[in-house]
Order: sequence, then C-alpha cells, then structure tokens
Amino acid sequence: MKPLSLTVTGVTKEFNRRLIFRDVSFALQPGRSIAVTGRNGSGKSTLVKIFCGLLSATRGTVTYSMNGSPIEVEAIRNHIGLVSPYLQMYDEFSGLENLEVLSRVRADKEVTSEMIGEALQTVGLWERRKDFVRTYSSGMKQRLKYAFAIVHHPEVLVLDEPTSNLDTEGISMVERCVERQRSSGLLIVATNDAEEANWCSDRLELGNARK
Amino acid sequence: MSVSATYALFRKDVHSEIRTRYALNALIMFVVVAVATILFALRSDQPTSSVLAGLYWVVVFFTAMSGLSRTFVSEEERGTTMTLQLVANPSTVYFAKLIFNTVLTISLTIAVTLLYVTVFADSFVIQTMSTFLVTVILGSLGFASASTIIAAIVAKANTRGTLYPVLSFPVLVVLLMTVMAATTKALDGEPFEAALGDFQILAGYILAMTGGSYLLFDYVWKE
Repeated sequence: MKPLSLTVTGVTKEFNRRLIFRDVSFALQPGRSIAVTGRNGSGKSTLVKIFCGLLSATRGTVTYSMNGSPIEVEAIRNHIGLVSPYLQMYDEFSGLENLEVLSRVRADKEVTSEMIGEALQTVGLWERRKDFVRTYSSGMKQRLKYAFAIVHHPEVLVLDEPTSNLDTEGISMVERCVERQRSSGLLIVATNDAEEANWCSDRLELGNARK
Repeated sequence: MSVSATYALFRKDVHSEIRTRYALNALIMFVVVAVATILFALRSDQPTSSVLAGLYWVVVFFTAMSGLSRTFVSEEERGTTMTLQLVANPSTVYFAKLIFNTVLTISLTIAVTLLYVTVFADSFVIQTMSTFLVTVILGSLGFASASTIIAAIVAKANTRGTLYPVLSFPVLVVLLMTVMAATTKALDGEPFEAALGDFQILAGYILAMTGGSYLLFDYVWKE
C-alpha cells in the first residue's frame, strides 16, 4: 500500500442555491484519520461523495497526492474503498459474483481470487458467498459492502454510517478493518455516533453553514 | 477507457438481463402484441411496400422505447448507479451500455423481421437482401446510439416512462425516415446502389450521435 495524503481546500457545496456546507478545509497525512460529524442534513454523506469523486464541489478542491504527485480524479477510484447506505450491490448476483464482476470492471487495479476470498472471510460471508444477495439480510448486505470496500486493498477507506444494521460480531469486524486501515492508510468516517468518531485521530464538525 | 473493463461491464449486463429479464420480457411482449395488432388491422388487405416498411419500423421504434431505457433505469431504480460510478469511468459505462443496447436492438430487429416474414408472407418480400441487411444493421446501430444517451438522461428524471419516447422521437425522426426509405427500396427490389445515399445519412447519424453522446455522457452520468 502506497502512502497517500489528502488536502481539502475551501470545499463548498450548494444544491440549487441551497447551501449545504461552506469552506471545508483540512489536510490528512498518511496514517491519520478523520471523523466527519454533524446533525442530520449537515452534509456528511455529500462531503463523503465529494471525497470519493462521486460528486463535484460547487467551490474548492479535493486533492489526493502520492509521493507528492497529485492523482487525477479519474484514477482515484482505484485507491478508495467506500461503505455507504447509498451504495447497493446487485441482488441478482451472489456475494462472490458481485465482487468478481465489480473487480473485473475496476480493471485498473488487479484483484485476484485469493484477495476476494480473503475479503469474504474477513467480513464473515465466506460460507454464504454463493447465495444470491437478494437472500441476504440487511446486516449481511452491509458486510458485503465492507468486502467490496476492502477487496482491492485501498489506500483510503471511507465509511459512512459504518455500523448500521450490524450485530455485535459485525461491529467487531468493522473495528478490525478500521484498526488495519489506521495503520496503513487514510481513514474517513462520517457518523453521528461518538464512539465511532473516537476511532479517528482528527474531527471535522459540519452544521454551521447556514448560520 | 479500458477495453477489458468495458467487456466486463457488458458481460455483467448480459448476465443481469438473463437473470432479471428487465428489458427482454418487455421487448418480446411488445413485439408480439404490436405485430398481432397490425395483422388484425390489415386483415386481407395488401398494403404497399412503403406502408409495410413504415409499420415495420414503427414496431421497432416503440419496442425499442419500451426496452432500451432499462439499461440505465434499472441501475437507478436498484440504487447501483453509485456502485458503478465508483468502479468504472464514464466512458467505460457509456460504451458497455451502448454495446448492450446495440446487441439488444439487433436481436429485436431479427425477431421483428422473422415475425413479419412469417405473418405477412405474401406482401413482406425482401427482394434486395443486401440493402435490407445493411439498413437493419445501420438502423439498429443508430437506434442504440441515440437511445443509450437518452436513456442515461431519462434515468435521472422523475417521469421516466413518458419522457423516454417523447424525448426520443425528435432525435430519432431523421433515422426513422431514412430507414423507412431504404427498407421500401429493399422491398421494391431496387438495386443496392439506389440506397447508398440513405446509408451515408445513417453512417453520418451514427457517428454524430455516438461522438456527441461520448462527449456529453460525463455530465449526464456524474450528477
């Protein structure tokens, strides 16, 4: 895993002139982590999408750098793993097929069958890997999202509402993923839960944009 | 754009379609119902070749409208759009969906042709096969290239069902007029050279539509 750093400068987001947040700025060096907190509707998920290149900011820049060289927006997706309530897997495929298909589509970064197997074992879905996702419970779907997020060993792990739908064992699995990511890459957690926010070294509070 | 990623996404769409039949069932049902309705309406009448060519492409147009939008609408409805955005760049998605829609349209035109030849055995006689084949292939490519970008736009709208044919018609009207003219020539037994002008229009249409869509797709797909 290569060291990656993130610099966010003056990021502002508006939807149809409605201000969501304004002038978000921070820098994250390799091995650091940040919790994005704030009340409902403060723009945590929107900010997470901007970090992942899924939305563009109205103003400001998000720059990822590797060894001092900036990475293009189109290339950053290979370095990011995302878990989010908005992310859905394909119901008509099994858990294993989902990871295989999506890894083949993400052709720029090689994912072997061993890596897929390792990800499924990490999240505890190995035994149910050949079952269709439509037969999974909401907790199992959340676990599959984790497998999808970590299968390519991303340098940046972005977790939006990280423990939703998970049981105690599932939360322990998330904590192990978080621990591993903190020691090897960047971690961004968007949450309202104080305990989850404590996983991170830094904190960013959203919610004062309209004041 | 990565060729292997485009192929992987196309394969994903094919497997997904085989398992869910999102578009396939709609296409098959529409073809059967439309051809049966035309058959009942015409009864023992002997329509001219231009009328038959027109009806042939009307069936293809409305069948395509009922099925081709599914490529993007199904991703949007199932909430998998963001998953795709996360793993694939926009050009990969565009070309994979374009290839899928092209294959679907060609299969559709083959099915409509077989039905027409069977049902209207006396009047739908293809006399210049080469003209007909080139028309069907170029027509299918044109349909797929236009309907793919329109499907991507429509998938983001709230009134998807009604918007698709309404938005498609003005974009496809040039294509429809040209393929109808070329098909009439094939049914009338005119030589292949007589339809060359039509083929040039179709080729220009496909190039312009695909090029324009490729440039526009980034903006449609991302937000």
